[in-house]
Amino acid sequence: MTEAQAFRKGALDCAPFILIVVPFSLLFGVVARDAGLDLLQAMAMSVLVIAGASQFTALALLEDHAPVFVALLAALAVNLRMAMYSAALVPYLGHARLGVRALMAYLMVDQAFAVAVRTYEAHPAMTPAARVAYYFGCMVLICPFWYGGTLTGALVGQAIPAEFSLDFAVPVCFIALTAPLIRSLPHAVAALVSALAALALAWLPWSLGLPVAALVAMITGAQTERLLQRRGRA
Amino acid sequence: MISDAAFWSLTAALAVGTFLIRFSFLGIFGRRTLPPWALLHLKYVGVAVFPALVAPLVLWPEATGGTPDPARLIAALAALVAGLRISVVAAILAGMGTLYLIEAAARLL
Repeated sequence: MTEAQAFRKGALDCAPFILIVVPFSLLFGVVARDAGLDLLQAMAMSVLVIAGASQFTALALLEDHAPVFVALLAALAVNLRMAMYSAALVPYLGHARLGVRALMAYLMVDQAFAVAVRTYEAHPAMTPAARVAYYFGCMVLICPFWYGGTLTGALVGQAIPAEFSLDFAVPVCFIALTAPLIRSLPHAVAALVSALAALALAWLPWSLGLPVAALVAMITGAQTERLLQRRGRA
Repeated sequence: MISDAAFWSLTAALAVGTFLIRFSFLGIFGRRTLPPWALLHLKYVGVAVFPALVAPLVLWPEATGGTPDPARLIAALAALVAGLRISVVAAILAGMGTLYLIEAAARLL
């Protein structure tokens, strides 16, 4: 596979994700304007952070008058999974120049990562240069649609009347993001503990209920998995 | 209303922090791997953070002044079921669609 072919294949393989990126980015633009951000702020967040779930998290918490450090902590926690992606990509892309790797890091998103690693595993004969080209092919369609969707959403957002209950788009968006993550019993237990703990701890000052509930749920999920493994072996 | 100072300090820190997370192994740690306990816990970050964020927003929505709203509760449930059974986009459509339907029906009655 030549580099040009790999680039095209990457773009083609990741093209279906446009269907997810467009509604999410539109929604982010709309919700950002609804929360009182101006056009520059909405765009700055999408371009600088380029991680939808954490952007929604940060925005929802700031709007809820949480302190900046709580919003930051929660949003960064949402992005921690990408450290795993980064580690998983090293065997395939670690050879690239530092600047290229920095650009790859900036462009790292869930769906494209999953497709890239699956392709690298399925085609061990791919040259290192072709792998790099494939990676950028994966991102070439997603990134512009993310920016463009945010811009469009932010531009049309203010024209949407209040009857459309856009406040509710944020929780719905998070539910949509969570559902595919519930892949096993420990995941379901962790999700349930997370929701209940957040409600029970809502009285805590500075929105600290969220990080505490998240920590408790994370440990619960991990311990449930360990418990099930031990039972399975016994 | 979100203050400019809060927004820009959060965005700058989030941008840098998120980049460092993405760059961690590709750029800094190289082939060193995460310890097993860290990998085990990282698997549950998503399901630990999102429900904690969403539960109070669904149960005590700001639009109704914090009192539980049956329409929003049913719509949230519809989004969850559609998300579990079908897809991410279906969950968004089901959630907002259900809310609009119930609100439209309530206006008619």
